[in-house]
Amino acid sequence: MSLRSPLGRVLGLGSARSGFGHWWAQRLTAAALVPLGLWFAFSMAGLASTDYWSVTAWIAEPLHATLLLLLLLSLLYHSSLGLQVVIEDYVHHGAARLIALVGTQFLHVLMAVAGIYAIVTVSVGAQA
Amino acid sequence: MAEFRLPANSRIQPGRRFPIAAGTSRVRTFHVYRFDPASGENPRVDSFEIDLDRCGPMVLDALIKIKNEVDPTLTFRRSCREGICGSCAMNIDGGNTLACIQAIDDIKGDIRIYPLPHMPVVKDLVPDLTNFYAQYASIKPWLQTRTPAPPDRERLQSKREQEKINSPSACILCACCSTSCPSYWWNSDRFLGPAALLAAYRWLVDSRDEATGERLDDLEDPFRLYRCHTIMNCATACPKDLNPSRAIAETKKMIAARHL
Repeated sequence: MSLRSPLGRVLGLGSARSGFGHWWAQRLTAAALVPLGLWFAFSMAGLASTDYWSVTAWIAEPLHATLLLLLLLSLLYHSSLGLQVVIEDYVHHGAARLIALVGTQFLHVLMAVAGIYAIVTVSVGAQA
Repeated sequence: MAEFRLPANSRIQPGRRFPIAAGTSRVRTFHVYRFDPASGENPRVDSFEIDLDRCGPMVLDALIKIKNEVDPTLTFRRSCREGICGSCAMNIDGGNTLACIQAIDDIKGDIRIYPLPHMPVVKDLVPDLTNFYAQYASIKPWLQTRTPAPPDRERLQSKREQEKINSPSACILCACCSTSCPSYWWNSDRFLGPAALLAAYRWLVDSRDEATGERLDDLEDPFRLYRCHTIMNCATACPKDLNPSRAIAETKKMIAARHL
Protein backbone atom coordinates (compact mmCIF):
# COMPACT_ATOMS: atom_id res chain seq x y z
CA MET A 1 0.00 0.00 0.00
CA SER A 2 1.23 3.46 -0.86
CA LEU A 3 0.42 6.62 1.01
CA ARG A 4 1.34 8.73 -2.02
CA SER A 5 -1.46 11.11 -3.00
CA PRO A 6 -3.68 10.11 -5.94
CA LEU A 7 -2.54 13.20 -7.86
CA GLY A 8 1.10 12.32 -7.17
CA ARG A 9 0.51 8.84 -8.58
CA VAL A 10 -1.20 10.22 -11.70
CA LEU A 11 1.55 12.78 -12.36
CA GLY A 12 4.05 9.94 -11.93
CA LEU A 13 7.30 10.45 -13.81
CA GLY A 14 5.84 13.30 -15.86
CA SER A 15 5.23 13.61 -19.56
CA ALA A 16 7.68 11.92 -21.95
CA ARG A 17 7.22 14.91 -24.34
CA SER A 18 7.13 12.41 -27.21
CA GLY A 19 4.71 10.15 -29.00
CA PHE A 20 4.03 12.34 -32.00
CA GLY A 21 6.85 10.79 -34.05
CA HIS A 22 5.58 7.29 -33.41
CA TRP A 23 1.98 8.25 -34.19
CA TRP A 24 2.93 10.12 -37.37
CA ALA A 25 5.22 7.36 -38.65
CA GLN A 26 2.48 4.79 -38.10
CA ARG A 27 0.09 6.84 -40.23
CA LEU A 28 2.62 7.62 -42.99
CA THR A 29 3.63 3.98 -43.34
CA ALA A 30 -0.05 2.98 -43.39
CA ALA A 31 -0.70 5.47 -46.20
CA ALA A 32 2.36 4.25 -48.13
CA LEU A 33 1.28 0.63 -47.77
CA VAL A 34 -2.00 1.21 -49.64
CA PRO A 35 -0.48 1.83 -53.13
CA LEU A 36 2.52 -0.43 -52.47
CA GLY A 37 0.30 -3.26 -51.25
CA LEU A 38 -2.05 -2.97 -54.24
CA TRP A 39 0.88 -2.89 -56.65
CA PHE A 40 2.40 -5.97 -54.97
CA ALA A 41 -0.87 -7.92 -54.98
CA PHE A 42 -1.57 -7.25 -58.66
CA SER A 43 2.04 -7.98 -59.62
CA MET A 44 2.03 -11.30 -57.76
CA ALA A 45 -1.27 -12.24 -59.40
CA GLY A 46 0.30 -11.52 -62.77
CA LEU A 47 3.36 -13.63 -61.95
CA ALA A 48 1.42 -16.53 -60.48
CA SER A 49 1.82 -18.92 -63.39
CA THR A 50 5.34 -17.94 -64.50
CA ASP A 51 8.58 -19.79 -63.74
CA TYR A 52 11.41 -19.04 -61.31
CA TRP A 53 13.59 -17.33 -63.91
CA SER A 54 11.00 -14.86 -65.08
CA VAL A 55 10.19 -13.96 -61.44
CA THR A 56 13.84 -13.26 -60.59
CA ALA A 57 14.13 -11.27 -63.83
CA TRP A 58 11.02 -9.33 -62.80
CA ILE A 59 12.51 -8.58 -59.37
CA ALA A 60 15.75 -7.43 -61.03
CA GLU A 61 13.97 -4.61 -62.88
CA PRO A 62 15.22 -1.41 -61.14
CA LEU A 63 11.67 -0.08 -60.62
CA HIS A 64 10.42 -3.39 -59.22
CA ALA A 65 13.40 -3.83 -56.89
CA THR A 66 12.97 -0.25 -55.61
CA LEU A 67 9.25 -0.67 -54.97
CA LEU A 68 9.84 -4.06 -53.33
CA LEU A 69 12.40 -2.50 -50.98
CA LEU A 70 9.98 0.33 -50.16
CA LEU A 71 7.19 -2.17 -49.50
CA LEU A 72 9.42 -4.29 -47.30
CA LEU A 73 10.66 -1.35 -45.23
CA SER A 74 7.26 0.33 -44.83
CA LEU A 75 5.67 -2.96 -43.90
CA LEU A 76 8.29 -3.89 -41.31
CA TYR A 77 8.44 -0.38 -39.86
CA HIS A 78 4.64 -0.29 -39.60
CA SER A 79 4.56 -3.75 -38.06
CA SER A 80 7.28 -2.85 -35.56
CA LEU A 81 5.42 0.29 -34.45
CA GLY A 82 2.12 -1.59 -34.20
CA LEU A 83 3.47 -4.54 -32.24
CA GLN A 84 5.23 -2.12 -29.89
CA VAL A 85 1.85 -0.55 -29.08
CA VAL A 86 0.24 -3.96 -28.55
CA ILE A 87 2.99 -4.99 -26.14
CA GLU A 88 2.82 -1.68 -24.28
CA ASP A 89 -0.96 -2.12 -24.00
CA TYR A 90 -0.97 -5.64 -22.65
CA VAL A 91 2.41 -6.54 -21.11
CA HIS A 92 2.79 -4.44 -18.00
CA HIS A 93 5.56 -5.70 -15.83
CA GLY A 94 9.30 -5.72 -15.66
CA ALA A 95 11.48 -8.10 -17.59
CA ALA A 96 8.75 -9.60 -19.80
CA ARG A 97 7.84 -6.15 -21.11
CA LEU A 98 11.44 -5.15 -21.83
CA ILE A 99 12.28 -8.49 -23.47
CA ALA A 100 9.13 -8.36 -25.61
CA LEU A 101 9.73 -4.75 -26.70
CA VAL A 102 13.43 -5.19 -27.50
CA GLY A 103 12.86 -8.67 -28.95
CA THR A 104 10.27 -7.50 -31.51
CA GLN A 105 12.47 -4.57 -32.54
CA PHE A 106 15.48 -6.87 -33.05
CA LEU A 107 13.30 -9.32 -34.96
CA HIS A 108 12.06 -6.57 -37.27
CA VAL A 109 15.58 -5.28 -37.94
CA LEU A 110 16.66 -8.87 -38.64
CA MET A 111 13.80 -9.34 -41.11
CA ALA A 112 14.54 -5.98 -42.76
CA VAL A 113 18.24 -6.79 -43.26
CA ALA A 114 17.44 -10.30 -44.51
CA GLY A 115 14.81 -8.92 -46.89
CA ILE A 116 17.09 -6.21 -48.27
CA TYR A 117 19.85 -8.78 -48.72
CA ALA A 118 17.47 -11.12 -50.56
CA ILE A 119 16.13 -8.48 -52.94
CA VAL A 120 19.60 -7.09 -53.69
CA THR A 121 21.11 -10.55 -54.27
CA VAL A 122 18.28 -11.62 -56.53
CA SER A 123 18.58 -8.35 -58.50
CA VAL A 124 22.35 -8.56 -58.88
CA GLY A 125 22.29 -12.33 -59.50
CA ALA A 126 19.71 -12.03 -62.25
CA GLN A 127 21.68 -9.32 -64.02
CA ALA A 128 25.02 -11.17 -63.83
CA MET B 1 -0.05 -8.78 -18.33
CA ALA B 2 -3.46 -7.28 -18.79
CA GLU B 3 -5.88 -9.43 -16.82
CA PHE B 4 -8.67 -10.99 -18.82
CA ARG B 5 -10.18 -12.89 -15.91
CA LEU B 6 -11.30 -11.52 -12.58
CA PRO B 7 -9.20 -12.44 -9.54
CA ALA B 8 -10.61 -15.42 -7.58
CA ASN B 9 -12.12 -13.24 -4.86
CA SER B 10 -13.89 -11.00 -7.43
CA ARG B 11 -15.65 -13.72 -9.43
CA ILE B 12 -19.39 -13.37 -9.37
CA GLN B 13 -21.49 -15.98 -7.55
CA PRO B 14 -25.22 -16.64 -7.98
CA GLY B 15 -27.18 -14.42 -5.60
CA ARG B 16 -30.55 -14.31 -3.91
CA ARG B 17 -33.91 -14.00 -5.64
CA PHE B 18 -36.61 -11.60 -4.52
CA PRO B 19 -39.81 -12.71 -6.31
CA ILE B 20 -42.92 -10.61 -6.39
CA ALA B 21 -46.41 -11.71 -5.30
CA ALA B 22 -48.46 -13.33 -8.07
CA GLY B 23 -51.18 -11.35 -9.82
CA THR B 24 -49.10 -8.48 -11.13
CA SER B 25 -49.07 -7.96 -14.85
CA ARG B 26 -46.06 -5.84 -15.77
CA VAL B 27 -43.18 -7.58 -14.03
CA ARG B 28 -39.54 -6.98 -14.93
CA THR B 29 -36.56 -8.70 -13.35
CA PHE B 30 -33.55 -6.62 -12.31
CA HIS B 31 -30.28 -8.52 -11.87
CA VAL B 32 -28.10 -6.33 -9.67
CA TYR B 33 -24.41 -6.75 -8.83
CA ARG B 34 -23.87 -6.93 -5.08
CA PHE B 35 -20.60 -6.72 -3.19
CA ASP B 36 -20.05 -6.08 0.49
CA PRO B 37 -16.36 -5.77 1.44
CA ALA B 38 -17.24 -6.29 5.13
CA SER B 39 -18.76 -9.72 4.50
CA GLY B 40 -15.60 -11.28 3.09
CA GLU B 41 -17.75 -13.01 0.48
CA ASN B 42 -17.40 -12.92 -3.29
CA PRO B 43 -19.64 -10.56 -5.23
CA ARG B 44 -22.99 -11.98 -6.32
CA VAL B 45 -25.88 -10.99 -8.58
CA ASP B 46 -29.25 -10.66 -6.82
CA SER B 47 -32.48 -10.78 -8.84
CA PHE B 48 -35.37 -8.50 -7.97
CA GLU B 49 -38.80 -8.70 -9.58
CA ILE B 50 -40.43 -5.29 -9.85
CA ASP B 51 -44.01 -4.36 -10.70
CA LEU B 52 -43.63 -1.64 -13.32
CA ASP B 53 -47.14 -0.34 -12.60
CA ARG B 54 -45.87 0.67 -9.15
CA CYS B 55 -42.48 2.03 -10.24
CA GLY B 56 -41.20 5.19 -11.92
CA PRO B 57 -40.06 4.99 -15.57
CA MET B 58 -36.28 5.07 -15.14
CA VAL B 59 -33.81 2.43 -14.00
CA LEU B 60 -32.91 4.68 -11.05
CA ASP B 61 -36.55 4.63 -9.96
CA ALA B 62 -36.41 0.84 -9.82
CA LEU B 63 -33.17 0.92 -7.80
CA ILE B 64 -34.68 3.39 -5.33
CA LYS B 65 -37.81 1.22 -5.09
CA ILE B 66 -35.66 -1.84 -4.36
CA LYS B 67 -33.74 0.07 -1.69
CA ASN B 68 -36.91 1.46 -0.10
CA GLU B 69 -39.11 -1.63 -0.24
CA VAL B 70 -37.01 -4.77 -0.71
CA ASP B 71 -33.41 -4.50 0.43
CA PRO B 72 -32.25 -1.32 2.23
CA THR B 73 -28.60 -2.48 2.08
CA LEU B 74 -28.46 -1.95 -1.72
CA THR B 75 -25.83 0.74 -2.21
CA PHE B 76 -25.54 3.15 -5.12
CA ARG B 77 -24.79 6.83 -5.75
CA ARG B 78 -27.53 9.17 -6.93
CA SER B 79 -28.44 12.78 -6.52
CA CYS B 80 -30.10 14.97 -9.16
CA ARG B 81 -32.21 12.27 -10.91
CA GLU B 82 -32.14 14.35 -14.12
CA GLY B 83 -28.81 13.58 -15.77
CA ILE B 84 -26.77 16.57 -14.67
CA CYS B 85 -24.85 15.42 -11.58
CA GLY B 86 -23.34 12.24 -13.03
CA SER B 87 -23.58 10.34 -9.73
CA CYS B 88 -25.63 7.34 -10.89
CA ALA B 89 -23.31 6.25 -13.71
CA MET B 90 -23.35 2.46 -13.93
CA ASN B 91 -23.32 -0.39 -16.42
CA ILE B 92 -26.92 -1.08 -17.45
CA ASP B 93 -27.83 -3.69 -20.06
CA GLY B 94 -24.17 -3.93 -21.06
CA GLY B 95 -23.55 -0.21 -21.60
CA ASN B 96 -22.38 2.57 -19.33
CA THR B 97 -25.01 5.22 -18.76
CA LEU B 98 -26.83 7.21 -16.09
CA ALA B 99 -29.53 5.19 -14.32
CA CYS B 100 -31.68 8.31 -13.95
CA ILE B 101 -32.08 8.93 -17.69
CA GLN B 102 -32.16 5.29 -18.82
CA ALA B 103 -35.80 4.35 -19.38
CA ILE B 104 -36.74 0.84 -18.29
CA ASP B 105 -38.98 0.49 -21.38
CA ASP B 106 -35.99 1.07 -23.68
CA ILE B 107 -34.42 -2.18 -22.46
CA LYS B 108 -35.66 -5.52 -23.75
CA GLY B 109 -35.97 -8.44 -21.32
CA ASP B 110 -34.29 -8.66 -17.94
CA ILE B 111 -32.25 -5.67 -16.82
CA ARG B 112 -28.69 -6.30 -15.72
CA ILE B 113 -27.02 -3.65 -13.58
CA TYR B 114 -23.33 -3.66 -12.72
CA PRO B 115 -20.93 -0.99 -11.45
CA LEU B 116 -18.80 0.89 -14.00
CA PRO B 117 -16.44 -1.67 -15.55
CA HIS B 118 -12.86 -2.31 -14.49
CA MET B 119 -12.88 -0.05 -11.46
CA PRO B 120 -12.29 -1.07 -7.85
CA VAL B 121 -15.70 -1.57 -6.23
CA VAL B 122 -16.33 0.13 -2.89
CA LYS B 123 -19.72 -1.51 -2.37
CA ASP B 124 -22.47 -2.82 -4.69
CA LEU B 125 -22.79 -0.25 -7.52
CA VAL B 126 -20.31 2.26 -6.07
CA PRO B 127 -16.92 2.30 -7.84
CA ASP B 128 -13.79 3.95 -6.47
CA LEU B 129 -13.20 6.99 -8.73
CA THR B 130 -10.15 8.37 -6.87
CA ASN B 131 -7.79 7.83 -9.79
CA PHE B 132 -10.34 9.21 -12.27
CA TYR B 133 -10.72 12.46 -10.29
CA ALA B 134 -6.95 12.76 -9.79
CA GLN B 135 -6.52 12.48 -13.57
CA TYR B 136 -9.00 15.30 -14.02
CA ALA B 137 -7.07 17.40 -11.49
CA SER B 138 -3.78 16.60 -13.25
CA ILE B 139 -4.77 18.41 -16.45
CA LYS B 140 -5.13 21.69 -14.48
CA PRO B 141 -8.79 22.32 -15.26
CA TRP B 142 -8.69 26.05 -14.72
CA LEU B 143 -7.85 29.18 -16.73
CA GLN B 144 -4.11 29.90 -16.91
CA THR B 145 -2.99 33.31 -18.15
CA ARG B 146 -0.02 35.68 -18.11
CA THR B 147 -1.98 38.72 -19.20
CA PRO B 148 -3.57 40.29 -16.11
CA ALA B 149 -7.35 40.38 -16.15
CA PRO B 150 -8.83 43.73 -17.28
CA PRO B 151 -9.44 45.77 -14.12
CA ASP B 152 -12.99 46.74 -15.00
CA ARG B 153 -14.50 43.73 -16.76
CA GLU B 154 -14.26 40.00 -17.53
CA ARG B 155 -11.89 38.50 -20.08
CA LEU B 156 -13.92 38.73 -23.28
CA GLN B 157 -14.59 36.03 -25.85
CA SER B 158 -16.26 36.32 -29.21
CA LYS B 159 -19.38 34.28 -29.75
CA ARG B 160 -17.52 31.94 -32.08
CA GLU B 161 -14.75 31.45 -29.50
CA GLN B 162 -17.31 30.65 -26.84
CA GLU B 163 -18.97 28.07 -29.07
CA LYS B 164 -15.72 26.10 -29.18
CA ILE B 165 -15.80 25.43 -25.44
CA ASN B 166 -19.57 25.01 -25.24
CA SER B 167 -19.76 21.32 -25.96
CA PRO B 168 -16.67 20.11 -24.02
CA SER B 169 -17.80 22.20 -21.04
CA ALA B 170 -20.98 20.13 -20.87
CA CYS B 171 -19.09 17.11 -19.50
CA ILE B 172 -20.42 16.11 -16.07
CA LEU B 173 -17.50 13.79 -15.19
CA CYS B 174 -19.74 10.76 -14.72
CA ALA B 175 -16.91 8.46 -15.93
CA CYS B 176 -19.15 6.52 -18.35
CA CYS B 177 -16.69 7.20 -21.18
CA SER B 178 -13.39 6.42 -19.47
CA THR B 179 -14.68 3.19 -17.92
CA SER B 180 -16.00 2.02 -21.31
CA CYS B 181 -12.57 2.41 -22.92
CA PRO B 182 -10.44 -0.76 -23.27
CA SER B 183 -7.28 1.34 -23.38
CA TYR B 184 -8.34 2.83 -20.06
CA TRP B 185 -9.08 -0.63 -18.64
CA TRP B 186 -5.56 -1.86 -19.38
CA ASN B 187 -3.60 1.33 -18.71
CA SER B 188 -5.58 3.66 -16.46
CA ASP B 189 -2.46 4.19 -14.37
CA ARG B 190 -0.81 6.06 -17.28
CA PHE B 191 -3.48 6.78 -19.93
CA LEU B 192 -5.55 9.81 -18.89
CA GLY B 193 -8.73 8.44 -20.45
CA PRO B 194 -11.39 10.18 -22.57
CA ALA B 195 -12.97 12.26 -19.76
CA ALA B 196 -9.73 13.90 -18.62
CA LEU B 197 -8.62 14.38 -22.24
CA LEU B 198 -11.94 16.01 -23.15
CA ALA B 199 -11.48 18.33 -20.16
CA ALA B 200 -7.92 19.07 -21.29
CA TYR B 201 -9.24 19.89 -24.77
CA ARG B 202 -11.81 22.26 -23.27
CA TRP B 203 -8.89 24.39 -21.97
CA LEU B 204 -6.78 23.92 -25.11
CA VAL B 205 -9.48 25.57 -27.22
CA ASP B 206 -10.36 28.28 -24.70
CA SER B 207 -9.41 31.55 -26.42
CA ARG B 208 -8.66 33.17 -23.04
CA ASP B 209 -6.18 30.53 -21.91
CA GLU B 210 -2.46 31.29 -22.39
CA ALA B 211 -0.98 27.93 -21.37
CA THR B 212 -1.83 25.98 -24.55
CA GLY B 213 1.82 25.07 -25.16
CA GLU B 214 2.42 23.88 -21.60
CA ARG B 215 -0.82 21.91 -21.70
CA LEU B 216 0.24 20.19 -24.94
CA ASP B 217 3.69 19.50 -23.43
CA ASP B 218 2.02 17.71 -20.54
CA LEU B 219 -0.21 15.67 -22.85
CA GLU B 220 2.37 14.71 -25.47
CA ASP B 221 3.20 11.32 -24.06
CA PRO B 222 2.95 7.78 -25.46
CA PHE B 223 0.57 6.86 -22.63
CA ARG B 224 -1.22 9.99 -21.40
CA LEU B 225 -2.62 10.87 -24.85
CA TYR B 226 -1.42 8.42 -27.50
CA ARG B 227 -2.79 5.35 -25.70
CA CYS B 228 -6.08 6.35 -27.35
CA HIS B 229 -6.51 3.99 -30.30
CA THR B 230 -9.76 5.61 -31.54
CA ILE B 231 -11.90 2.72 -30.34
CA MET B 232 -14.68 5.32 -29.84
CA ASN B 233 -16.54 3.50 -27.05
CA CYS B 234 -16.37 6.86 -25.26
CA ALA B 235 -18.54 8.62 -27.82
CA THR B 236 -21.03 5.73 -27.78
CA ALA B 237 -21.25 5.67 -23.99
CA CYS B 238 -21.51 9.41 -23.26
CA PRO B 239 -24.97 10.07 -21.78
CA LYS B 240 -24.57 13.77 -22.66
CA ASP B 241 -23.93 12.95 -26.36
CA LEU B 242 -20.43 14.45 -26.24
CA ASN B 243 -17.58 13.19 -28.37
CA PRO B 244 -14.34 12.78 -26.38
CA SER B 245 -12.92 10.79 -29.29
CA ARG B 246 -13.11 13.84 -31.56
CA ALA B 247 -11.55 16.03 -28.86
CA ILE B 248 -8.62 13.61 -28.59
CA ALA B 249 -8.21 13.57 -32.39
CA GLU B 250 -8.22 17.40 -32.42
CA THR B 251 -5.60 17.41 -29.64
CA LYS B 252 -3.40 15.09 -31.72
CA LYS B 253 -3.85 17.46 -34.65
CA MET B 254 -2.78 20.42 -32.50
CA ILE B 255 0.37 18.54 -31.52
CA ALA B 256 0.97 17.64 -35.17
CA ALA B 257 0.59 21.30 -36.09
CA ARG B 258 3.46 22.33 -33.84
CA HIS B 259 5.73 19.59 -35.20
CA LEU B 260 5.12 19.95 -38.93
